[in-house]
Amino acid sequence: MQRRAVVSVVGKDQVGIIAKVTTVLYKNEMNILDISQTILQDFFTMIMLIDIKDPSNLEALQEKFEPVEKELGLKINIQLEDVFQAMHRV
Amino acid sequence: MPIAFTEIQETIRMVEMEHLDIRTVTMGISLRDCADQDFEKVKENVYQKVTSYAKDLQKTASQVATEYGVPIINKRIAISPAADLLGNATKEQAVELAKTLDKAAQTLDVDFIGGYSALVHKGISKGEQILLDALPEALSQTERVCASISVATTRTGINMDAVKRMGNIIHQTAELTKDNNSIGCAKLVVFCNPVEDNPFMAGAFHGAGEGEAVLSVGVSGPGVVLNALRRYPDADLGEISDVIKKTAFKITRAGELIGRVVADRLNVPFGIMDLSLAPTNAMNDSVAEILEEIGLERVGTHGTIAALALMNDAVKKGGAMASSYVGGLSGAFIPVSEDNGMIRGIEDGALNLSKLEAMTCVCSVGLDMIALEGKASPETLAAIIADEAAIGMINKKTTAVRVIPVIGKEEGDTVEFGGLLGRAPIIGVNPFSSDKLIHRGGRIPAPLQSLIN
Repeated sequence: MQRRAVVSVVGKDQVGIIAKVTTVLYKNEMNILDISQTILQDFFTMIMLIDIKDPSNLEALQEKFEPVEKELGLKINIQLEDVFQAMHRV
Repeated sequence: MPIAFTEIQETIRMVEMEHLDIRTVTMGISLRDCADQDFEKVKENVYQKVTSYAKDLQKTASQVATEYGVPIINKRIAISPAADLLGNATKEQAVELAKTLDKAAQTLDVDFIGGYSALVHKGISKGEQILLDALPEALSQTERVCASISVATTRTGINMDAVKRMGNIIHQTAELTKDNNSIGCAKLVVFCNPVEDNPFMAGAFHGAGEGEAVLSVGVSGPGVVLNALRRYPDADLGEISDVIKKTAFKITRAGELIGRVVADRLNVPFGIMDLSLAPTNAMNDSVAEILEEIGLERVGTHGTIAALALMNDAVKKGGAMASSYVGGLSGAFIPVSEDNGMIRGIEDGALNLSKLEAMTCVCSVGLDMIALEGKASPETLAAIIADEAAIGMINKKTTAVRVIPVIGKEEGDTVEFGGLLGRAPIIGVNPFSSDKLIHRGGRIPAPLQSLIN
């Protein structure tokens, strides 16, 4: 069964955010299904929908984002998509 | 329909900035089959059953929280009323049982285990008598055990003998834990019309109508509601109600999803979803501040009850729409020591004990985490319980009393309980006596259910 998760990236806009975040996903064989980003007053927000095979890997993936978070001063969250469906769709 | 960018942002904002969290996942466990002639065996059965049923509670809940990105703050256990196991026990053995439960909670790394309880709203059985005798010592010698005693219901009336007893028990517990700000009393709730599936402490217990084991979830989010209201500074009260409803809906849906996943992985049935606005001492995570945002200069002033009634009802409506199994105490809690807005209301003289009592007529529970002056007599404490029970009995709602007479402190002092329990200004009690009422004893008969005026 296909499971999808939402990766959200928030931080100060700078060169290389998308490159570095997507590299982590690529190295973990995560396919990106959708991607959108905005910049509001120098504040970068990116949200990606990714295809994950095994939800129990999420914790490990979160850890792999830690170096990127530290290097670029970002906040990166991964959450299963179901929580958004539950909250925003009847 | 795919989820929009703004919707994802909204959820993230709720968690990251507005303290949306699953306040507790509570596993209810029936201990009735732990009874035995030999009390050593009873203790062993209880320890084994609790630690095996809830073995993975902490780990599974943390894992689900990580996967869904919504924090689960507390993992807790509620057991069937402990008095059921104490029929042939001695007082010392009853204290031993509390220590066994405390040890089980430590082993499982859960912060509270509830259900050291007795239902005495009509009369007191042998086991319940033993539990009441043991309560002050049990509460002072354990850390994580929570007790609740039902002294009244709408169908039975108020057992005033039990109420009198509870006044004494609270007083003794305060004395026994006076070196620690009488903290023992913070783990004791006296109920009218208790619910059997409440996941929130200190009043959680696994009721007689429940199954073998069940997982219930308590969700909270005063911060989310407060922030939602701040975006509508000029809305009329109908719109305010609507904003609260919509917010409550979203919070409940997130809670139910996560609760069901945890229950499924632990292989126990999902019980109920309790949506209660339960404040914490975190910045902007206050129920009082919601009332102030609706339009009060300070909580406790005229109009407080109206604002609270509107909020409590809107929370229930949103929650009921979102989940088929809303239960527990759903509504709003108004614990004083855990709510920075309430504390400020008292410090500024806007909020007092009488107003808090009145607020309990329209909120979800009762007088909660209120620090009283240490010289309050057992009779006065009993009379406070009687008043609260009467409110619950007549209005067919749950009410509760969790007051802490802090030995050695007087009105105007402040007491620090620490951690989740927060801090509270000491409130004075009425100096006039209620002794005669309390010493009369007996039962206040169940009220008429018609001629409602």
